[in-house]
Amino acid sequence: MEMDTVLWSRLVTGLTLAFHVIFATIGVGIPLMIAIAEFIGIRKKDPHYTLMAKRWARGFVITVAVGVVTGTIISLQLALVWPNFMKMAGNVIALPLFMEVFAFFFEAIFLGIYLYTWDRFKNPYIHWLLTIPIVVGAGMSAVFITTVNGFMNQPEGFVMEAGQFTAVDPVQAMLNTATFSKVFHVLSSAYLTGAILLAGIAAFAMLRRGVKAYHKKALNLMMAVALLFGMLNTLAGDVSAKFLAEHQPEKLAAAEWHFETESGADLILMGWLNAEHEILGALHLPKFLSFLAFGDFNAEVTGLVEFPQEEWPPLLVHYLFDLMAGIGFALVAISLLYFLFKIWKKRNELNKWMLRLIALSTPLAFLGVELGWFYAEVGRQPWIIRGVMRVEEAATTSPTVRTLFFVFLLLYILLGIMCVIVLRRLFNNKPAEVEMEKWLKENPNQTIEKGDPAQ
Amino acid sequence: MSYELIGITVLWLFLYGYLIIASIDFGAGFFAFYARLTKQDHLINRLISRYLSPVWEITNVFFVFFYIGIVGFFPDTAYYYGSALLVPASIAVILLAIRGSFYAFENYGSKKSLVYLFLYGATGLLIPASLSVALTMSEGGFIVKQGETVSLDYWELFTNPLSWSIVGLAIVSVLFISGTFLTFYASRAEDHAALKLMRNYALFWSTPTIILALTAFIYLGQHNERHFQNMMDLWWLLGLSVAFFMIAMWLIYNGRRYGLAFICVMLQFFTAFFAYGIGHYPYILDPYITVQSSATTPAMGFALVAAFIGGLFLLIPSLILVFKLFLFDADYVKGKK
Repeated sequence: MEMDTVLWSRLVTGLTLAFHVIFATIGVGIPLMIAIAEFIGIRKKDPHYTLMAKRWARGFVITVAVGVVTGTIISLQLALVWPNFMKMAGNVIALPLFMEVFAFFFEAIFLGIYLYTWDRFKNPYIHWLLTIPIVVGAGMSAVFITTVNGFMNQPEGFVMEAGQFTAVDPVQAMLNTATFSKVFHVLSSAYLTGAILLAGIAAFAMLRRGVKAYHKKALNLMMAVALLFGMLNTLAGDVSAKFLAEHQPEKLAAAEWHFETESGADLILMGWLNAEHEILGALHLPKFLSFLAFGDFNAEVTGLVEFPQEEWPPLLVHYLFDLMAGIGFALVAISLLYFLFKIWKKRNELNKWMLRLIALSTPLAFLGVELGWFYAEVGRQPWIIRGVMRVEEAATTSPTVRTLFFVFLLLYILLGIMCVIVLRRLFNNKPAEVEMEKWLKENPNQTIEKGDPAQ
Repeated sequence: MSYELIGITVLWLFLYGYLIIASIDFGAGFFAFYARLTKQDHLINRLISRYLSPVWEITNVFFVFFYIGIVGFFPDTAYYYGSALLVPASIAVILLAIRGSFYAFENYGSKKSLVYLFLYGATGLLIPASLSVALTMSEGGFIVKQGETVSLDYWELFTNPLSWSIVGLAIVSVLFISGTFLTFYASRAEDHAALKLMRNYALFWSTPTIILALTAFIYLGQHNERHFQNMMDLWWLLGLSVAFFMIAMWLIYNGRRYGLAFICVMLQFFTAFFAYGIGHYPYILDPYITVQSSATTPAMGFALVAAFIGGLFLLIPSLILVFKLFLFDADYVKGKK
């Protein structure tokens, strides 16, 4: 019975986070893209880019609304569903939570101003300057929240005495060993996903309505951003794996199905396990795990058997990890391919298959983010605060969480569907070309950069 | 002043801030819906959406800010309130989610729909009702504690007149605060038709506000003698509150100085809210949590106060900018920008 409540508590939280992280990622990633587009628009005096910023901002604000409300839900659920966790963690990790609210507040204020002041300033750079607090606020929100997650993985900044936290150092708790690699990975993946999302939309629009200058420019810009952050994200993943190898070896070992401690450990891709924990049907890359974990093909990697079996994370995380990493590499490969086609004149980078691939990469990128978070959270089991508090000690005892799971599920289905409908209605009735023509009629003195195939 | 006292004072101020701006927002939603039903929406809905559009997110942030602040300064509250309020707070947060997202869907999406507006109006009244459970619970006597398990006594909650009078007070206060603010906003926008309508709403909701405030106070006396006596000792604060209410009513009734009238309403609630809060001290949850017993470690308390001050340096200039651009920019209010 009690185990049941714990399971439902995990499901409610997992559900909320899985839904929220989509909008949180958009919320962190897109402002940077808007800022870049508006800046280029002003710089090049190309209204296409200004229109990009406008249209992206218009869609963005709808996703922000869903992100805000689901963020409010998750922050309350921390106390409602995990009262013991919040009581304990509140003593040590309240500072970044508190600062996150400030960062978000800051962002929300400037987003409000940004949306309603497109035509209020004579100097266009003043309006562009408003994007800076939005980008910074969104980024800092992610940073602060990620430090809390870092603390749950690598609790530091306190001394445990008789079940109570003493000698608390909030700053050290915030800047724990896990923070850097996590923040790096979260930010790089959010910017990558943001760019891929917009590139995917541009590719999708060109598949449906043919190549237009507006979408061509949007795709090119976003693929460049995606390539940059895709490579940074790969680096961040590498930093994270090296962090795990050193500080949280059981999590890495579970992800890699690495049971025995050994030097020159193989990297195992996919496959499955039999009852004796023997790996079947997997692809072995000799000594690669040692290399990934420590940058040395002969380094010793700690295996799972060093840890008591009841503290093993579920071995399922292997798949989450492999798929996440696979998607990360695929996204870099797709953006590289795009630019290879572009440089290599004989090939058209806007061919149907390339566009299809890019459109497909959008859901892949979000899947990657989801898998990454599921790996981070499931891989920490059975702990909620690693080594300090187990999940079942933290959960509420009220069996009502089961009912709440279904209520929240219904809510997210409703919000998800509504969000898609509203976004579709917002843009389907108003394709970019039509909006551009209207703009040109109102501003007849402006010209679009020459040499574009069509408007 | 000790850091936990600074903490609770700042948090109480923030809760007061939330009370005012959320009331304006919640009430506006209801008025917008009601006006649509009675076919008067052409008079006020443009005014309402013009005010709400740039500020709705800010309202939500105030709420989260208070919540994170209280959990940070007084972590025990997370345990008690979190355990007991699982259901009512989940309902409140679901309503907040529906309200926030549907507002954005209607406002930034292109279609106007009566369903959206209904959800927006109805949630505006249900959210304060469900949030007010936290205030009722803090008076004590609504919690069952068995061993380590804390839960809410729903039978006691639903049969107690105190909880119902607090729910009623929450709803009518929302409408009254919102009505007086929108009266002021309409007068600033020089929108005479809207002004007339909003002034009527404000006048109408004043009487229930004062009656229900008195009722809740009497039931509080029956439920929590200590709190009641403490508030009686602060009779001058309560007296001030009534005085501000009368000034506000006089101004609105005579149709002058609506800005001052709204400030008086704010002061009316400020004095009453602080009389309530000071009377509640030292308990955060009677009899389990006091300000002193639940305070976090000094290091965390200090860090939070420092973060708070740093945050204010960032926020106050930004908020002034918003107010300058939207609330107090006469051209914007009038719809010329």
